[in-house]
Amino acid sequence: MNWDWNVVNDFMPRFWDGVLVTVQALAVGSLIAFALGLVWALAQRSARVWVRWPVVAVTEFVRNTPLLVQLFFLFYVVPNFGPSMSPLATGIVGLGLHYSTYTAEVYRAGIDGVPAGQWEAATALSLPRGRTWRAVILPQAIRRVVPPLGNYVIAMLKDSPMIATIGAFDMLGEAQTFSNETFTTEALTVVGVAFIVIAYPASLLIRVLERRLVR
Amino acid sequence: MSADTHSAQTLDTLANPPVDGSELIRFDQVTKRFGDNTVLDRLDFSVDSGKHVTLIGPSGSGKTTILRLLMTLATPDEGTIWVGGDCLTHEERGGRLVRAGEKHVREVRKNIGMVFQQFNLFPNMKVLRNITEAPVTVLGLSRDEAEERARGLLELVGLGEHVDKYPTQLSGGQQQRVAIARALAMRPQVLLLDEVTSALDPELVAGVLDVLRDIARTTDITMLCVTHEMNFARDISDQVLMFDAGRVIESGPPEKIFSDPEQERTREFLSAVL
Amino acid sequence: MMSSEFFTIWFLPGVWITVQVTLYAAVLGAAVSFGIGLARDSRLWIVRFAAGAYFEVFRGMSALVLMFWMFFALPLFGWQLEPMWAGVSALGLTYGAYGSEIVRGSLAAVPTAQKEAGVALDFTRWQRLRLIELPQAWPDMVPPFNNLLIELLKGTALVSVITVADMTFAGNLLRLGTNQTTPIYTLLLALYFVLAFVITRGMRMLERRAKAGIGERPEKSGGIGAKTGARGDGPRAGSRSAGGVR
Repeated sequence: MNWDWNVVNDFMPRFWDGVLVTVQALAVGSLIAFALGLVWALAQRSARVWVRWPVVAVTEFVRNTPLLVQLFFLFYVVPNFGPSMSPLATGIVGLGLHYSTYTAEVYRAGIDGVPAGQWEAATALSLPRGRTWRAVILPQAIRRVVPPLGNYVIAMLKDSPMIATIGAFDMLGEAQTFSNETFTTEALTVVGVAFIVIAYPASLLIRVLERRLVR
Repeated sequence: MSADTHSAQTLDTLANPPVDGSELIRFDQVTKRFGDNTVLDRLDFSVDSGKHVTLIGPSGSGKTTILRLLMTLATPDEGTIWVGGDCLTHEERGGRLVRAGEKHVREVRKNIGMVFQQFNLFPNMKVLRNITEAPVTVLGLSRDEAEERARGLLELVGLGEHVDKYPTQLSGGQQQRVAIARALAMRPQVLLLDEVTSALDPELVAGVLDVLRDIARTTDITMLCVTHEMNFARDISDQVLMFDAGRVIESGPPEKIFSDPEQERTREFLSAVL
Repeated sequence: MMSSEFFTIWFLPGVWITVQVTLYAAVLGAAVSFGIGLARDSRLWIVRFAAGAYFEVFRGMSALVLMFWMFFALPLFGWQLEPMWAGVSALGLTYGAYGSEIVRGSLAAVPTAQKEAGVALDFTRWQRLRLIELPQAWPDMVPPFNNLLIELLKGTALVSVITVADMTFAGNLLRLGTNQTTPIYTLLLALYFVLAFVITRGMRMLERRAKAGIGERPEKSGGIGAKTGARGDGPRAGSRSAGGVR
């Protein structure tokens, strides 16, 4: 094996560019996943079958098919009908959409975890529906919801390199082009290590949160 | 079922250890702590072979801990425990006494059986296999031998027709009787009974106690029993030990302890539970 | 529309490759799951430590990056892997790390009383594991393993990036050749969904059999997915939902 620190040095500026793109994708993707997941979760509890059913079908489908192919779909198929987006924007939407189907399950479990007596108490006090949700149910559900959401952010981080396959310059995208230009592989190793270095403390943090919030 | 129905064949299924009245179990200055709480405090006591000994006393007085120590489910902080002349807690290695290793413990432990409060049957095995598994894998019996032994024991506890059921399909009382058969299948010298009726619905208690009375009457297995069933204790015991705060405060034959205890503490306890 | 010729030359073999990669990676992943899952509760601290380190590293690793690394960088260390085996290894090693948490969690959920009953009957540690703990933990492992298997199936699409001709690879080729993107990717997604459905059915059957094996009746559960947890890195990933023990 031949490891060359000079190559690593040459790569570092582009590595940081890649980190920036990965962080952007992760941050915006998470926001989309959190918001959209809540929409799915509430829609799945709707009393109307014509709301509930399509939402269940769509989320099941998205969750059971590969993110990679979904990214191809968004990047190559959607522009035939709708807007054409940059690789990064497509990647962010893809990540957010894919993971919203997971966060929906998290919210569902969190809401189901609130004891039935809380709903009954709210009814007994004649609280309006919106108020019941905002003041009673969601605040109680949130503690159960935060740790698993955090775990999905980490999972999303690990899936984020997929956006390189549609041409986004995240950490992997940068490493790939750099390696191709210089016929070296150090950049790939750097990125691999970077993932472990980021993910490990993050998962420790989640474990602490879990211990704090869940009882 | 009653003792009268016992044939020579069912008795034969319980190969009895010889009774020579010698000491079988000895606790020597045993101390056990859980955190700051000293459950057993330099406890000394012994049980002779073939005897049926009942431990009574308020909850938290350390009775169950004694059974768990004997079964090696817990280890003493200080002191030694002896079973049939072998030390359960320590072994000699290179001329020195060291904490017993797994192999030594298993050898001594083979002579001890236990029936738990919560039965603890294996839900993944049918009744028959619950009983045969240990004789086959631990004692090295053939499947046929083990099954014959198991069927005999199931007859003895009155469950001959349930061999092919899963534990979850039985009532609590039936499960506990299977658990008794399972422990006996190992032909232990000592049988530990840890509040074996406490988890049962009241109407199921009698059936289990009847089985145990039979075993006590018809075999020479040494029994060490923690129970709140004072009538049962009176029936089967040769000796009753009254525990309080990790020590034996009084011991004697049941008629003495139950009718004329010497200690004030024993009197209080008995008047509370009887 | 796509020509039937292309379909038989690329697409059908691609489906078969996807199935193969899933199968091989699942076997490797299962071996890792049980190996690491058991080692993490070993009595020897060094074994525990090594298994724990494995878990943390591979759980934090992106499967795609690892795959790239195995494909491009590993040869420089003198290890030339067939693309397919690079893909299978990367998937098996990373998903196995998740699986080890399922194994460990389910074993930990076997009631202590059951282990004590095993001690009382003088079983060895290994006998207790084989006869009591694993058989009882198994029914609880099946549903989370189903989720993990579907994650793995989805993960196999990544092998297309390192030139393994699975069905996603065939789809991409077809796009370059025909520009018929809409039917191609729609079909591709549908195929993955069908495969996921087949896996779920199979695992449901396995679950029913596993539960019958401990005298329990399985409860009805809906939806093909119902798959929280497989990706939820937390220690809860393998926690039991059924059985109500502890």
